[in-house]
Amino acid sequence: MRTTRRGLSLLLAAGLGLVAASCGSDDKPDAQGSAGADGPVTITVGCQPPKSNPKERSAWDADVAEFQKLHPNITIQSKDAFPCINPDTFQAKLAGGTQEDVFYVYYTDVQKIIKARQAADISEYVGSVKAAGDIRDDVMSVFKDGDTTYGLPRNNYNMGLVYNRTLFTQAGLDPDAPPKTWSEVRAAAQKIAGLGAGYVGFGEYSAGNTGGWHFAASLYARGGSMVSDDGRTAAFNSAEGKAVLENLKQMRWDDNSMGSKQLLQWEDLMRMMGSGRLGMMIGAPDVVQSVNNDFQGKFEDYGVAAVPESEGKASLSGGDGYMFNPKATPDKIRAGLLWLEFHELTPGKGQFDYARAKEQGRPVGLPIPDLYGDSAPGKEIVALRKQYATVPVDHFAPYVAAQSTITNKLEPPKAQELYAVLDVAMSAVLTRKDADIDKLLSDAESKANKILAKNT
Amino acid sequence: MTVTEERVRRPQAPGAAGPRPDDDRRGALRRAVGRNLTAYGFLCGALICFALFSWYPMVREVFLSFQENNFVDPPRWVGFDNFRTVIEDPAFRSAWVNTAAFSGLALVIGYAVPFVLAVVLNELRHAKAYLRFVVYLPVMLPPAVAVLLFKWFYDPGAGLFNQVLDGFGIPPLSWLDSTSTALVSLVLVSTWMNLGTGTLIYLAALQSVPGDLYESAELDGAGLFRRVWHVTIPQTKLILLVMLLLQVVATMQVFIEPYLLTGGGPENATVTVAYLMYQYAFNFGDFGGGGALGLMLMVVLLVLSAIYLRVSRKAER
Repeated sequence: MRTTRRGLSLLLAAGLGLVAASCGSDDKPDAQGSAGADGPVTITVGCQPPKSNPKERSAWDADVAEFQKLHPNITIQSKDAFPCINPDTFQAKLAGGTQEDVFYVYYTDVQKIIKARQAADISEYVGSVKAAGDIRDDVMSVFKDGDTTYGLPRNNYNMGLVYNRTLFTQAGLDPDAPPKTWSEVRAAAQKIAGLGAGYVGFGEYSAGNTGGWHFAASLYARGGSMVSDDGRTAAFNSAEGKAVLENLKQMRWDDNSMGSKQLLQWEDLMRMMGSGRLGMMIGAPDVVQSVNNDFQGKFEDYGVAAVPESEGKASLSGGDGYMFNPKATPDKIRAGLLWLEFHELTPGKGQFDYARAKEQGRPVGLPIPDLYGDSAPGKEIVALRKQYATVPVDHFAPYVAAQSTITNKLEPPKAQELYAVLDVAMSAVLTRKDADIDKLLSDAESKANKILAKNT
Repeated sequence: MTVTEERVRRPQAPGAAGPRPDDDRRGALRRAVGRNLTAYGFLCGALICFALFSWYPMVREVFLSFQENNFVDPPRWVGFDNFRTVIEDPAFRSAWVNTAAFSGLALVIGYAVPFVLAVVLNELRHAKAYLRFVVYLPVMLPPAVAVLLFKWFYDPGAGLFNQVLDGFGIPPLSWLDSTSTALVSLVLVSTWMNLGTGTLIYLAALQSVPGDLYESAELDGAGLFRRVWHVTIPQTKLILLVMLLLQVVATMQVFIEPYLLTGGGPENATVTVAYLMYQYAFNFGDFGGGGALGLMLMVVLLVLSAIYLRVSRKAER
């Protein structure tokens, strides 16, 4: 009995120790690199290309070497990962103190990170980045909360219509005249699906929050909004929202052009597009890049156009960039900004070193990233892209041509939560012939209002 | 009689000189530690592992469920706010209903199948080792691989299951894409993935049943089913009860199947408590909400475990 008690007291002591440890996390700012402005500083930077991508990795390493030569007091410690950010590990890295000083982030997560105060305020320092003044206002606004800046962009695009040109030709469609309206999409999808078993005319997501994401993309293109102007209530239960679901329902059940397999997530459509059996999907030019790099597709088989009926309206913007660890010292932030300016924002350098990319046999010519619009660096980048193009740039011409009339629209607040709610509506119309669209939207609206009310 | 025993027995006047009981205890402890140093060394290793990888996360999770924590600023205590948030979530009810339904279906399908397989394997006279290996094979596959294999089996177009149905002239099923079949489809995957372990445990239990009981039953004219009912089941009752409760505890935590196969859809038909917990913590960045759900699940599982302990103790007696 005594042994049991002693054992219990040991366990209790261990438990109490754990409790104390769990409460007493070290919240002190990292002292490393806190030397004066001219002193040595070491920063960790995320999203170094992985070893499985040797060409991009060697380009990155060469850029680091060149940068360190230019700034001998700064040491860059690159951290590789594929994909560059995994939402599953983001919080854990932050809690465990292993989050990079300059960390990579998707647009979708930026506002969530800002609201959770998980990124450093860089407003005081960002003025030193000359290129920041030329970045499009809508792109910079992604990383802002009011007048406070929390990061810088690396990539920017908006949603379009990705289509398989080879399948268009096989189905007797003109690949140089992609659909501009949803009725044209429906007609094209029917022809592609008619090519035989296994061919899908139009593919759409409906699980893992991706369904809600694409609902937002289609809704914006039709002129709708996800939330009210003040962000306090849902606004998708509208004529535009209804049209999005009606259209999908008709394509799925009346036209039978969306395939029988649903509940698709990101990788599913990529795989289908790469296999050459999918005709069209909502997506940006980066889809073509992914399909080419990771899903056995070929650049020359694909084209990108604007989202149907989006002319003069908006398109959901997407992209990625870098933010700073909230515990980063001012010196680290300054050093990180110098690196970002060098590697992500300077025409002809880093990610925009198209001459090197061509030499390495990497694809050049995709109309992304579009960080600068029509400003001087933007024009310079477009010219460089044209000069060193290795992919058929004409295949992206319809997308590029539409950009002048399309406004980039940001994702809604509480994006992931709202997307999760709208997954239900998307999966319902794609898996149930008798889905009641009015009820689905009304249910989703009341759920979304509860979510939005929580933090507003 | 040892000196220690004598000391303990001899009454001492208050304030009398002599060794104090504390000294006795310390000496005994020192001797006990000295005698079992190696055992304590091994115990320490196990304790450290449990403390780091089981107890610490559990304690941390309990704390998180009552905090708003961005892992940057000091955590803020919010009382039961996180619990209120998740309870008000419309997916909360679906998650518990689906989890209960999954556990129930897993009991009907997943509990019976390994037992029946074990009985059949036990009765076989040939190829026993080979068939045991075949039954255990799915357990050796990484769960993600097994689940993705079923993703292809369930494909409504070219999937194996619909091809088989087609071969029998039966119209194809939507499997994962229908609210009425999605959850059952997940149970089938789960059963297939885990039946090997259950079968082997049942088989071991069956092999410990004395053969003369079966012989007596046979002499009394009992057929296969009566032998199973009157001999096998009573003789393996303890294992059956243990497996029953362990299965409930395991299936209540189902995550990988909905995560990889359905993403919680269609229409939240396969959202489970563990999946919702993942959504809160990792997709919504709300570790407080995720922690609250985890704590609720833990309490439910603790209750089930308490029942399990009580039942198994009773059965032992």
